[in-house]
Amino acid sequence: MKIVNVTHGSFYALGAYAAASMTAVWLARGYPPMLSYAVLVIAAILVAAPFAILIERAILRPLYARDEVVILLVTYALFLILEDVVKLIWGVNPYFIAEPYALLGSFQVAGMAYPTYNLILVAAALFFGLGLAWLLHSTRAGKLLLAVIHDPEVSRAMGINVGRYYLATFALGSLLAALAGAFTAPTVSVVPGLGVEVIVLSFAVVVIGGLGSLPGAAVGAVMVGLVRSLSVHYMPQVELFVIYFVMAAVLAVRPRGLFSLAEPRKI
Amino acid sequence: MNHAGKRRDRTVAVLLTSFSILVVTGPWLPQWAMFIMTVAVARGLVVLGLLLLLRAGLVSFGQALFYCLGAYSAGALGRFFGISDIFVEMLVGGAVAAATAFVLGFLLARYRGIFFGLLSLALSMILYGLLVKSEALGSTDGFNILPSTLFGIRPGAEWVRYAVLVSAAAVALVAALLVHRYLDTPLGRLAPAIKDNEIRVEYMGASARRAVHVKYVIAGGLAGVGGALAATAVGHIDPEMAYWTTSGEFIFIAILAGTGNVVAPFVGALIYGAIHTLAYDLSPNTWQMTLGVALLLLIVFLPNGLWSAFSRFRWR
Amino acid sequence: MAIILDARSLCKAFGAVVAASEVSAAIEKDSIVGLIGTNGAGKTTFINIVTGYLKPDRGSIAYEGRDITRLPPRDITRLGICRSFQIPQLYGSLSVFENMMIGIGIVLRNAGLAGYFSRGAALVPGYGEPADAVAERILGRFGLLEYRDRNAQVLPGGARKLLDIALAMVARPRILLLDEPTSGVSAQEKFGIMQMVLEAVRAEGATVLFVEHDMEVVSRFAQRVLAFYDGRIIADAPPHAALAHPEVKRYVVGTRA
Repeated sequence: MKIVNVTHGSFYALGAYAAASMTAVWLARGYPPMLSYAVLVIAAILVAAPFAILIERAILRPLYARDEVVILLVTYALFLILEDVVKLIWGVNPYFIAEPYALLGSFQVAGMAYPTYNLILVAAALFFGLGLAWLLHSTRAGKLLLAVIHDPEVSRAMGINVGRYYLATFALGSLLAALAGAFTAPTVSVVPGLGVEVIVLSFAVVVIGGLGSLPGAAVGAVMVGLVRSLSVHYMPQVELFVIYFVMAAVLAVRPRGLFSLAEPRKI
Repeated sequence: MNHAGKRRDRTVAVLLTSFSILVVTGPWLPQWAMFIMTVAVARGLVVLGLLLLLRAGLVSFGQALFYCLGAYSAGALGRFFGISDIFVEMLVGGAVAAATAFVLGFLLARYRGIFFGLLSLALSMILYGLLVKSEALGSTDGFNILPSTLFGIRPGAEWVRYAVLVSAAAVALVAALLVHRYLDTPLGRLAPAIKDNEIRVEYMGASARRAVHVKYVIAGGLAGVGGALAATAVGHIDPEMAYWTTSGEFIFIAILAGTGNVVAPFVGALIYGAIHTLAYDLSPNTWQMTLGVALLLLIVFLPNGLWSAFSRFRWR
Repeated sequence: MAIILDARSLCKAFGAVVAASEVSAAIEKDSIVGLIGTNGAGKTTFINIVTGYLKPDRGSIAYEGRDITRLPPRDITRLGICRSFQIPQLYGSLSVFENMMIGIGIVLRNAGLAGYFSRGAALVPGYGEPADAVAERILGRFGLLEYRDRNAQVLPGGARKLLDIALAMVARPRILLLDEPTSGVSAQEKFGIMQMVLEAVRAEGATVLFVEHDMEVVSRFAQRVLAFYDGRIIADAPPHAALAHPEVKRYVVGTRA
């Protein structure tokens, strides 16, 4: 959509919190734990949809015509607001819902115990990634979306309802963020500030992969994950900032990211 | 050229008058007011540098890097060398930051837009990570800074804040006058051209990269001075000064102030300090939300900063 | 006649698209050369290579005997080769007057007359007047004074073109490359504009190359014509000969009279 969206991190946090509290309620009421995975997904959808629609319609829509920096600052402002909204709704104490994580147990890989839940996460990432790619490239709606992103003015002139596509894109993106948060919730303690670190990391991923490139984002994410894990294992002292190092290194060699789209001719 | 000449004189007049008023009325101000004003001057210096970059269309999300470097340099002077002179601290802080900006500028001046922003952010986060892991520098706790001296004299307890404030204001005055002058030169006026059409700039015989590099160094140096100053005022240094949310504060003030005039960053910093303190006092759990709402309102209603509303009444 | 610009065997390809193939041309000092060809024939690519925006895969360009192939646009401008653009490249949010002042400021800077803290009140080399007077003079010569305080992005098409050319002339170039100077200008004004531009430029003793799609303008003003097609030069002759050339008639002009 050619906007830099800091609020994305807030949706991650919202998803995590919603998933945590809904699952806690679900399990407390004695419903089957195996269905808690569905609860995660539903919680994410329930919380992301209204917020996304409200934000896009009321706040972002009137400001699209402005500078791209303006949108960035607006999403930053929204991020600040949502950080406190989350605190207001859920309080500052941490939430733990380990059950969906612990239930699946672990299995042995090369002499180490690997949690099965993590495998589910990988599978989910693949599912959503490939699904999104399919949606964009193989469905009519997806192709229209690519057109809208490329040139909203021409798209409008051709009769495409650009406003609706923008809303759908923002909602879809936010939903994915919330799902990510929801799926991560069982593996960590859900505390305020969850959105902060993730948003900077995800920008690093996108920049490394190249703006606007879906395969780039996938490659970037894998790279970031690998680098982080390796550094935690071998050089814990650099863990905090090694990813920024990688980002700087990638940009130094490929100024627009690894898989950047071709630049149109200017003069 | 005539009305521009008048405008120029007005800014200089405003700067000089404000400084004089400050020096004269200072001793009667309460300690907390002097503290707020010193911090405002410190932040104003950082935002003055940001102003230079913003005019060229570059949003730096990593000025906290230089702010923090300046602060830690000032602290290190005291901790390892026993030096606590305020001017030396500011000078060294600014120099270390400017030197770092000079080196980093070779990489950063090649980028624009969101890449510039994120790369600058990444660099400040690298510093943050380094500091957090550094035991010698106190890790996440940071360390305290020595009480300030001025030209070898240690002011009495009641006079310390005043001394720091006046020194800070003096440095800020000089910086603002210099930047104001710079903005009037052909090189300074290149900024909006770079923002609008860099290809044309190159084709007219100027190097956009060189201009950006210069601005980045100036901005870095100013942020370093600001950091040293803030450290002295607060008395304590910690890695949080390099965190991206600190850069976010500077961006907020820059938006609040607008890029119209060198006086704006300081006024903006003062107002931001007021909003921040008020928001925190009113409701400690929702001060971020108040800030966010304020930022949104600013963007929607005053996109060119408070200065644009002000200047509408003045000379347009 | 002395050769001021010597392009030798320039080759440039973008993947499968060949934008320039063995393009060679020796431009004589003080001549007026017209570049013609269909869209995509390689005229703008030629200008982009000469002015350093693109680097050729093979081949070289010499300016007064000096090799300038690898130089970036700003160095080439400083040497005295300026260009205007197919799509006017202006500073949109600045006024017409400010656009000119930026250009003149850069000239002052390059001449060492304006540093970090000088106001730029020096006399502009070659004009002998301060910057604002020079700006007014050039704007007057191009008939742009009525737009003086308007933002560049709200100018009508013809005015944008003129400003674009005016900016290219600020540095008083030795060679001026004009990319479609009369496109977007009404038919009655085309001749007038070309006349004005050429007079202004020739008064300084400059060599002019211009890209043009209107063959009447080409016949009237060019002393020599380079016809491009598919990245190659297919004809290099005075206008009448070039326009009568069979390949030019086939690929560029059309065979109907």
